[in-house]
Amino acid sequence: MRATLAIVRKDLRIEWRTRETATTLAVLGVLLVTVLAFAHDPDPEAAPLFVPAVLWSAMVFTGLLGVERGFLLEREQDCLAGLRGAPIDPTALYAAKLVVNVLLLGATHAVVVPLTGLFLHVDLFPVLAPLALVLLLGTVGFAAVATLFAFVTVRLRSRQVMLPLLVLPLLIPLLIAAVKATEAVLGAGLAGARDALGVLVSFDVIFVTAGALLFPAIVRD
Amino acid sequence: MRTMELWLGALGCAGLVAALYAALLLAPAAVGESVAQRILYLHAPSAFAAYGCIFVVAIASALYLWKRSAAADRVAVAAAEVGVLMCTLVLVTGSIWGRARWGAWWTPDPRLTLTLILWAIYLSYVLLRAFGGDDDEIAPYAAVLGIFGVLAIPAIRVSARLMKGMHPSVLAPREGGGSGLADPYMKLAFWGGAVAMLLVAACLVLLRTRLERAERETMALRRVADAAEGVAG
Repeated sequence: MRATLAIVRKDLRIEWRTRETATTLAVLGVLLVTVLAFAHDPDPEAAPLFVPAVLWSAMVFTGLLGVERGFLLEREQDCLAGLRGAPIDPTALYAAKLVVNVLLLGATHAVVVPLTGLFLHVDLFPVLAPLALVLLLGTVGFAAVATLFAFVTVRLRSRQVMLPLLVLPLLIPLLIAAVKATEAVLGAGLAGARDALGVLVSFDVIFVTAGALLFPAIVRD
Repeated sequence: MRTMELWLGALGCAGLVAALYAALLLAPAAVGESVAQRILYLHAPSAFAAYGCIFVVAIASALYLWKRSAAADRVAVAAAEVGVLMCTLVLVTGSIWGRARWGAWWTPDPRLTLTLILWAIYLSYVLLRAFGGDDDEIAPYAAVLGIFGVLAIPAIRVSARLMKGMHPSVLAPREGGGSGLADPYMKLAFWGGAVAMLLVAACLVLLRTRLERAERETMALRRVADAAEGVAG
């Protein structure tokens, strides 16, 4: 636990010095929402229907680019060897990277979500709390899978293509549930999203547990 | 080893021919179905074989991560490839059947979605093995993917049901077997086909495992030869 916090603090400090990842991800998110909103160019009445699709598409693309940064950082000057040699449980490293990724993606959401509401004529303010819950649950599940496989692809030559290739099929069920939950939250609030939220929670539990159990097996060589 | 593959292959192929004979000529037409329904006797066995392969990948992957056994890793590679092949068969035959019965090649039905996603997962596994680089280096990562693939099955089932619940489908789900197979010849064609397809899949997995072993031995020998040449030169 202390090791996890130490790595999280270290990563956040590095990020705070340059704010490179958060800034680039937020701008990328803005551009994606713009492209998606205008690629559709829906009527003002129909526009709210596209909110879940736009939100989660933007989330997938920014997320896929964001999660790699954490391990690219460790590759420079062979920091990973140091972390591996340190007397810490590899699970702590996974947990730390997971937390940092969730925080970074959360910061991206903070920019992307209001903008989506703006472009697609939806007042998101009344449903902010349930929407935040859905986004948090979806992001945790996404990051649990993506963080694990980012560690796999970060040393491959074709890593930019390989990460989405490996992660997207595994994440489709999560995305289905997340989109349905968002749809329900926008329509009827938290009550309508009970089923989808239950699915999201169980995904988070399965994926985080599997990630934490399998990460030590691949980090040790 | 070779005799076993030969026997499996011969038995499987003979079984497939017999099952197809039963399916096309002996089994009576299913009630209210066109002749296209008979593709079931190829479609469902392929699905059994695909699931069989997927579970073999997961078990072999877990065994590899646990014991670091190279043999388990070779089996995982082979089973994943055969699994993709079988999954492709399921999708193609299912699509043809769907076109004949529902008038559409594809419909967002939970089971169709499940098969498509599984196919994509194992295709990405095969791609990772093909383009990931050195076998020894990529094996643990591929093993993690192999295990995640099986974890995804319940996940996909649950979320696909969610999808259907929200978008009620007028298309009835298909009958996999059970009550749909009233006639003994239907049962013979269905279960005989399933066993035969599993035998064929097992034969392919064994052959592919042996090929993988030969490939890796060749690579290792080539490396030794290159090193020796380097020393001599």
